[in-house]
Amino acid sequence: MPENLSIRIDGEYVPAEAGQTILEVARAAGKYIPTLCWLENITPVGACRLCIVEVAGVGRLLPACTTPVQDGMSVTTNSEKLLRYRRIAIEFLLAERNHQCAVCVSNNHCELQAMAQKLGVTHSRYAYGYPRLPVDLSHERYVLDHNRCILCTRCVRVCAEVEGAHVWDVASRGTRSMIVCDMNHPWGEAQTCTNCGKCVQVCPTGAMAEKGYAVEEMSKRGANVTRLVRLGGRL
Amino acid sequence: MKKLVIHPVTRIEGHAKIDVYLDDAGHVADTHFHVTQVRGFEKFTEGRPYYEMPGITARVCGICPISHQLASAKTCDAIMAVSPPPAAVKLRELVHAAQFVQSHALSFFHLSAPDLLLGFDSDPARRNIFGIIEENPELAKAGIGLRKFGQDLIEGLAQERVHPGWIVPGGVNAPLKPEVRDRTLAALPAARAAADRALETLKGALDSFSEEIAHFGSGPTMYAGLTNESGEPDWYDGLLQFRDASGGLVAADVRACDYPEFIGEAAVRRSYMKAPYFKPRGYPGGVYRVGPLARVNVAQGFGTPAADRELAEYRQRFGECPQSSFLFHYARLLELIHGIEKIERILEPATILSKHVRARAGVNALEGMGMIEAPRGILIHHYKVDESGAIRWANLIVATGHNNLAMDHDIGEVARHFVDGNNFKEGMLNRVSALVRAYDPCLSCSTHANGMPAVTIALRSSDGELIKMVD
Ligand code: SF4
Ligand code: FES
Repeated sequence: MPENLSIRIDGEYVPAEAGQTILEVARAAGKYIPTLCWLENITPVGACRLCIVEVAGVGRLLPACTTPVQDGMSVTTNSEKLLRYRRIAIEFLLAERNHQCAVCVSNNHCELQAMAQKLGVTHSRYAYGYPRLPVDLSHERYVLDHNRCILCTRCVRVCAEVEGAHVWDVASRGTRSMIVCDMNHPWGEAQTCTNCGKCVQVCPTGAMAEKGYAVEEMSKRGANVTRLVRLGGRL
Repeated sequence: MKKLVIHPVTRIEGHAKIDVYLDDAGHVADTHFHVTQVRGFEKFTEGRPYYEMPGITARVCGICPISHQLASAKTCDAIMAVSPPPAAVKLRELVHAAQFVQSHALSFFHLSAPDLLLGFDSDPARRNIFGIIEENPELAKAGIGLRKFGQDLIEGLAQERVHPGWIVPGGVNAPLKPEVRDRTLAALPAARAAADRALETLKGALDSFSEEIAHFGSGPTMYAGLTNESGEPDWYDGLLQFRDASGGLVAADVRACDYPEFIGEAAVRRSYMKAPYFKPRGYPGGVYRVGPLARVNVAQGFGTPAADRELAEYRQRFGECPQSSFLFHYARLLELIHGIEKIERILEPATILSKHVRARAGVNALEGMGMIEAPRGILIHHYKVDESGAIRWANLIVATGHNNLAMDHDIGEVARHFVDGNNFKEGMLNRVSALVRAYDPCLSCSTHANGMPAVTIALRSSDGELIKMVD
C-alpha cells in the first residue's frame, strides 16, 4: 500500500500518494495546470516549463510534471506571477526559432499556438533569433522542420518508450540543440525507423508532419499513441 | 533643375514614390518611378517543401493571394505531374473569377471612382470612397455590394476571405457546398446590376476625360494575355499570346513551360522591381503591357453574351487595339461583367458539386511552371526542387512587374503633359498618381523579390532642392 500524503493544492486538501508528481495529483483532483512537453503515460522531462507551480516555503518555481509530492506540501497552481513566467516561457519558445503560423501545416491545430492564445501571448517581447535551420524532407512519408521544433522531446520519448525504436535523440547543447535521427542521419536513411509515425502524431507543433499536407491541414492524433501505454505502465 | 516627389502615391496597393524633375523653365524634364521595399520571397523559400509554396507565396499579397495560390498550385501540379480532377479545375476557376470580381470592384469603386466621378481637380480631402458615398450613394452601395459578392463566394468556397488554405497541390481541399452554390446563384442578379451601373457611370463620364484618354500613356506597346484556342480570355488556364501595338499576333499559344524563351527579366535601376520584356525584341524594345487593357486587346471576344455586347461598343468607340492606359478602367469593367457571367456558367452544371476534388502524388518532376492571369495581369511561378521535394530555386514573375517599363514611360508622358512647375496645382500631380492607379498596380507583389509600396511625389529644383512634397 502506497503511503497516503497530506497535500493542499490551491488551499484544498487533495488525495495524494507517495511517488506521484504534483501534476498527477493536481490532474486527478481536477485542477488545471498548463503543460506542453508532458504526455500522458510517458516519462516526463520538464522541458517546457509551462507547468511551473509555487510550493509554499520553496524559493523558486517548480515544474509540476517532474516534481514528486511530499507530505505537507502546499501548492499554488495559478497566480499573477505564474502567469507572467508561463508567458515568458512561451515567448522564449516563439523567439527561439521560426514559428510562422500563417504558413504552417499545423496552423489552428498547434499546441504551442493554442497555449500562447490561452495565456494571452500575442507576440514575443524578446528579439527573434531567425536561425537558419534545415528541413529534413528525406523520409518518404514524413517531414521534420527544425524551424518549428520546440525541443519538447515528445518524439524522442514516444519513439523509445512506446514504439521501442529510439530513432530520435537530442544533440548539442543550449540554443544549438537539435533533434537528431539515429547518429545524426537524414530521416530517410534511418536504420531504426519503423515508419510508424508516432513521433509525428505526438509532436505539438508543425515540426513533424505528414508529407503533402498544405497549410492548416495537419491535425494530429497524439492520444491514439499515448493510449497504447497501459495506465501506470511507465518504463 | 527642380524635382517634384509624389510619395506615397495613394489609392494603390502598396507604396511607391515618383520623382518629377523640372528644368529651369519649369517644364518636366524627367520622371522616375521607384518602388523601395525589399522582400525576398524567392530567397527565403529555399529548402521549404514545394507543397508549402501555395501557402507561403499567398503571403506575397493581401489583395490577390488567390492568384498566387493558384499559380503556385499549378506549379506544384506540374512537379507532381498530375492533372487535378475536373471539378477541382472548375472550382479553382470559380474562386479565381470571384477574386477578379472583388479585385476589379475594389479598383474601380474604391480607388479610381473618386477621380472619375469627382474629378481630378476636386478637393483631395473628399476625393475618396467617402466622397463617392456623399456624391452618389447608390453607386457606392453597388460597389461595396459587388466586392462583398466576390468575397462571400471566396469565403463560401475556402472558409476564409484573405489567405485561405483551400487551394492545394493537386486540386482543392473540400468540395463545393450546395448551399454556397445556391446562395451565389441567388446573389447574381444584384451583382450583374451593380456591374452594369459601374459601366454606365464610366461611359457617362468618358466625355469629360478626352484629354486624359489622349495623354494617359498612349505610347504604343505590345500586349500579352492568356486565351483559349478560340481567342477568348482564359484566366486560369489559357495559353500566352503576344500582340504588337497594331494588334498583330507576334507569338501565339505559348505554354507556361516555354515562358523563358519569350520573357526576359531586367533589373531596373532605382527600383526593387524587375522588368520583364519580350525576349525576341530585346530590352528595352520588348516592352509589353498586361492586365485588363492588354487582355481585351489580345482576345478576339469574351465568349459570354453581355461582355461581348459591351466589347463591341468599346471597340466601336476606340478601335480594335486602343493604346491609352486610361482605358484600363473601361477594360476592367468589361471583365467585371464577364467575370460574373463566368461564375454563373461554372455554377450551373450539377457536376460542380462533385466530391472528387484532389489528386495526390509525390515528386515526379524536378521542375514546374504555373501561369495564370491575376486581376492585374500574367503571373508566373517557376520552381525547381530536389528529389525529396525541397525547393532549390524559385522565380515569381508578377503582373505589375510586366507593366513596369510601360508605367515608367507613361508617367513621363502624363507628367510632361499635365505638370507645369510655374503654375503648380495639386490636381496636376494627382493625374500622375491616377495614371499609376489606372494600371491598378500591386506594388507589394511587384517587389516580392527584392523589394516600398503608396506613392509619394516630390518636386525638386535642378540642384535637387525639394520644392514640394505631395502625399
Ligand atoms: S520534433 Fe516535435 S515532438 Fe520532437 S522535439 Fe521537436 S517539437 Fe517536440
Ligand atoms: S509540461 Fe512540465 S515542463 Fe513541460
